[in-house]
Amino acid sequence: MLWQMYRMHELSVCQSMLRQVQELAFENHARTITAINLQIGPLSGVEPQLMNQAFPIASRDSIAANATLVIETMPIRVHCDACNTDSDATMNDLSCRACGNTLTQLIGGDEILLTDIELER
Amino acid sequence: MCDSCGCNITPGNEHLVRAEGKQAISVLQSLMSENDRQALHNRQHFDQHGVLAINLMSSPGSGKTALLEATIEALQDDLRIAVIEGDLETENDAQRIRAKGIPAIQITTGTACHLDAHMVHDALHQLKLADLDIVFIENVGNLVCPASFDLGQHRNITLLSVPEGDDKPAKYPVMFRAADLMLLSKTDLLPVLDDFDCQRAEDYLRKLASTADVLTVSSKTGQGLETWLDWLTNEIKAHHNRLQNGQSLRPAIQPDGARLHKMHPSASQGRSLLLR
Repeated sequence: MLWQMYRMHELSVCQSMLRQVQELAFENHARTITAINLQIGPLSGVEPQLMNQAFPIASRDSIAANATLVIETMPIRVHCDACNTDSDATMNDLSCRACGNTLTQLIGGDEILLTDIELER
Repeated sequence: MCDSCGCNITPGNEHLVRAEGKQAISVLQSLMSENDRQALHNRQHFDQHGVLAINLMSSPGSGKTALLEATIEALQDDLRIAVIEGDLETENDAQRIRAKGIPAIQITTGTACHLDAHMVHDALHQLKLADLDIVFIENVGNLVCPASFDLGQHRNITLLSVPEGDDKPAKYPVMFRAADLMLLSKTDLLPVLDDFDCQRAEDYLRKLASTADVLTVSSKTGQGLETWLDWLTNEIKAHHNRLQNGQSLRPAIQPDGARLHKMHPSASQGRSLLLR
């Protein structure tokens, strides 16, 4: 039951995405959408695998019904002002790997972007 | 210029390269942009009337409603409060708030595991913001999804109750990173659940690069209530000052959409007021 609830979450994100895509298709006089490219980071709260599962359901009978959904998963990266270094980090440890400072800034890993779409007129 | 050798393709139009009738369109828009637009609209509504909006998040049963009841009891003579309640089913929580003489709007989401800006917008229009100082939004009990959705609030508070265990910030980083305040609740149970370590919970939070404040509270015994009420009244004062200077505020988490629009959260120093 819990799993179904969380798939519903990605389903509503997918539906919102498809509304954006529909608008872009209309603006660009597209006949069909062939690809949708996303960048999703682990700290966004959206799970790529669940997006892939939700997409066929959300896109059925839409202009993106035959589109390929391509999701680039983004690395978690932090910037440290204390030692001026960028480092890779993990979900629950965003400390600087060079000096251990925990007051870092997130520079990658929470992306939830529609980067580009491919269409046919 | 000819169309066959590619010499008319420049860095400026490269992204529109045609291949077999297909066209690529660069977008670079947040998937949350629809929600974010509505959230911005909600925030403007709140600001027009000088109302501070607080989003309360936690697992089911961490004590959000009990905290609101205790807060209302203490502050209702000094502050004009309203609550927007979010649950999948029942009006139970809204009824508890109304029993205190405070307006409460219940959003029943059915199957949606979080509140979004559109739901909050509809609830907002059932409230008279001109007659209010603070609106609490009690989100759906869920440590996973609610943090991803801007509702138009100014501050996020995440409750973590003693029975849940002190490692939850490590297990649910998205939720705890989003907090401006982590409130450790049900501290009356600490003598019974002696493996819950408040400092450890804060340490896990700090490893998320969080500068959130950390407080403890028991709605039952009143432990920590004064400090919590001080935090709240300071937030209201600070927000009025911001509004007078023509500024508003977003909660700690700053998603992509916000970065693209160059909005800045206010800097905070992460005060820890844990009783040791």
